[in-house]
Amino acid sequence: MPAQLQALEPQNSGSAGAVEVLTFELQGEIFVLEATMVREIMDLVAMTPVPGARRFAAAVINFRGRVIPLADLRIIFGMESRPATIESRIVVIEISIDSTPTLVGLLTDRVNEVTTLDLANSTPPPMVGMRYRPDFVRALVHREGQFVILPDLEKIFSATPGSVRSMQPA
Amino acid sequence: MNPSGDPIQVFRAEARDLLERAEAGLLDLLQRPAERPIIDDVFRSLHTLKGSGAMFGFDALAAFTHHCETAFDRVRKGEVAATGDLVSVVLEAKDHMRGLIEGGADEAHGKALIARLEREVEKAAGTSPAQPAQAESGTHGWRVSFKLPHDALLNGCNPLALLAEMRELGPCRVAVSTAEVPVLDALAPQECHLTWTVEIDAECPRSAVEDVFVFIIDDMTLDIAPLGDVPASEALEVAPVDAAPGTPASPPPVATTQPAAEPVAPATVVAAAQTSEKRNTKSDESVRVPAERLDELMDRVGELVIAQSRLSQIAAASPNLDLRAVSEDIERLSNELRNTMMVLRMVPVGALFSRFRRLVHDLSRETGKSIELITDGESTEVDKTVVERLADPLVHLVRNAVDHGLETPDQRLAAGKTEAGRVCLSARQAGGEVVISISDDGRGIDHKRVREKAEAQGLVVPGAALSEADTLQLIFQPGFSTAATVTSLSGRGVGMDVVKRTVEALRGSIDVQTRVGSGSDISLRIPLTLAIIDGLLVRVGTGRYVIPLSAVEECLELSPEEDLRARGRSFLSVRDALVPFLRLRDVFGTGTQPERFQKVVIVSTGAERVGLVVDQIIGDHQTVIKSMSKLHEDIAMFSGATILGDGAVALILDVPQLVAAGQEQEAQLRAAG
Repeated sequence: MPAQLQALEPQNSGSAGAVEVLTFELQGEIFVLEATMVREIMDLVAMTPVPGARRFAAAVINFRGRVIPLADLRIIFGMESRPATIESRIVVIEISIDSTPTLVGLLTDRVNEVTTLDLANSTPPPMVGMRYRPDFVRALVHREGQFVILPDLEKIFSATPGSVRSMQPA
Repeated sequence: MNPSGDPIQVFRAEARDLLERAEAGLLDLLQRPAERPIIDDVFRSLHTLKGSGAMFGFDALAAFTHHCETAFDRVRKGEVAATGDLVSVVLEAKDHMRGLIEGGADEAHGKALIARLEREVEKAAGTSPAQPAQAESGTHGWRVSFKLPHDALLNGCNPLALLAEMRELGPCRVAVSTAEVPVLDALAPQECHLTWTVEIDAECPRSAVEDVFVFIIDDMTLDIAPLGDVPASEALEVAPVDAAPGTPASPPPVATTQPAAEPVAPATVVAAAQTSEKRNTKSDESVRVPAERLDELMDRVGELVIAQSRLSQIAAASPNLDLRAVSEDIERLSNELRNTMMVLRMVPVGALFSRFRRLVHDLSRETGKSIELITDGESTEVDKTVVERLADPLVHLVRNAVDHGLETPDQRLAAGKTEAGRVCLSARQAGGEVVISISDDGRGIDHKRVREKAEAQGLVVPGAALSEADTLQLIFQPGFSTAATVTSLSGRGVGMDVVKRTVEALRGSIDVQTRVGSGSDISLRIPLTLAIIDGLLVRVGTGRYVIPLSAVEECLELSPEEDLRARGRSFLSVRDALVPFLRLRDVFGTGTQPERFQKVVIVSTGAERVGLVVDQIIGDHQTVIKSMSKLHEDIAMFSGATILGDGAVALILDVPQLVAAGQEQEAQLRAAG
């Protein structure tokens, strides 16, 4: 199938081309992340809070015998936290933090699907008019009549503790 | 060994082994300069290094090694004696080779070394001992039995060339035994299963025969006996190799029946049996495995243990007897697997100690003190990481012992001691710990001098009351040094404070014992493995935490009355001593109400005792330590995490850091009013 062949093509500097992505929801907003980053999608497990940790990664979980941090992107994007539902999932991704490959769990309200997204339809985040910090958003992509958010995960996780803490409501 | 790996990396790893082996041999030579097997061994290591260096494109290394090899070839032939000076130059040359392999070698230095090497060879040439090899002339020839390893042909060894070389020594009678050749179906054409017996009628020294096999001698079975010693009845019948009926003469007489070879076989087998034990010890099979694969395996085993404990919980609650039996089997197996896994990471501490022979040799030359190094307990096994991390602190401690501890030969003689100072490195296992101690018979550590120094450096208030043990602890303070002058040996960055920090990071401790005039003894106590600790599992709010058991002194109950009374001051009276305490609920900000009967876990951080108030003590718990991820490693309060039997994660407290964090928090509270 042509669509699949296209999907296998490397993404050219984010300008054109299709990528396979996983779409998930946080507080009604649809986010996407590249499917190649995803290691596993799992049900909620026991979370162990880590006192003193930055707020968006305030817990650890047991992922196949490893202890990995659990991050809550809602805090990064200033959304309010709601109790978990039966649809809540943890998406385990592998990401490079300070050039060390690290497994991180992402809390999501719901995981939708793996789909192909045409990055040609993307626009850089506008500097005004958006609720979220523009530097944590890599692009807004137009898909099926609405915009989905492609977060800049590397920047989010590499950000110094200070800059993330400053996101917290006073 | 690792055909899939990068060949350059494989070469580097092998070269490191060769260099270590050459170094060990050279150091042995210093004590026993005329020992032939050692000389041969060093020569072979150098030769192999040269050969494989050239093969992998390390041309500079090959060229440089060639000079050392040539020098050792002359030692081997008895033309040059292995003097101490010569060996020392070759030792330095060995360091240069390491530089050439790892990068960062200085070419001019290499040239200077070669020049010095040549000078020493010339000097040593005059003092050559009588050639022991020729003492053996008088025999009328040799009977040589040899068998090559199965993969010899694959490794490029040509038995015909060996035979041809022996023919050059004199007239030969050659017989071959095919007794070990498998049946045709099982025979791989590249494998060598033949055993040769050769009788050489020539008055040549034994070493000449050995030289034929010099490059493969380690892996093969070789026996050389003087011809006269062989009883006439066993004298070689040139076996009718190709006489078996119905077998084509060549290629190799695979199907030759055993009777045909029998005349040779008995003699050969007996001869092979007495072949050097030395070679057998070397061929202990071992496999190089990247450490991260071991860690992965360790993770899997950890998961298995957790899954197994869930299974046994289910089985215990079930009336199904079969299920219980299986569960018990799995429990036993997974425990065994875990124990085996732990042992895999253990290495003998001897590898670490052998480095110190070289260090002591160098130190002895630099300081002009003569030093005897005694090592003990090399076979004691410790976690590989421990060995790696202890290397630098031990170097520092040995340096200290030589530089500060040992006196000069004159001073020693004046004090009625032997001229040579003694440094003793020993390792032994004591319970769950390994004790590594460095002792010397030097002048010991003088409390008064330590105190004077500490006062001069402002580390201690003049006139403060200090016990002798407390005074000795001062040497671990940053910035402390008793050496009046900073020599090239001491004071090179790593101080005793770094030693102490490294040992504490390994969850170990240091003891210092010293007697003025008769030496000192520094013992490092290190847990056997870094991967597991014994911990006390406690609950604070809804979270569970592990406190390393080694830090725990006692547990008490904090009654509600005492808790109230302690509101303002956070001090507890334990047997008439005041112990400050921290409420972990506050430190962790759990926001929960305290239990009615809280517990206090008294922990010691060095000299201080601090109470940690927790809600519940769950029990002791053996814990596999997992490190915290990048996102959490900046939180100093926790040294790691562990997975509990129910699959949940518990954090492991770093007690000294936690106490420091608690103090900071309290200071902030006070400031806030």
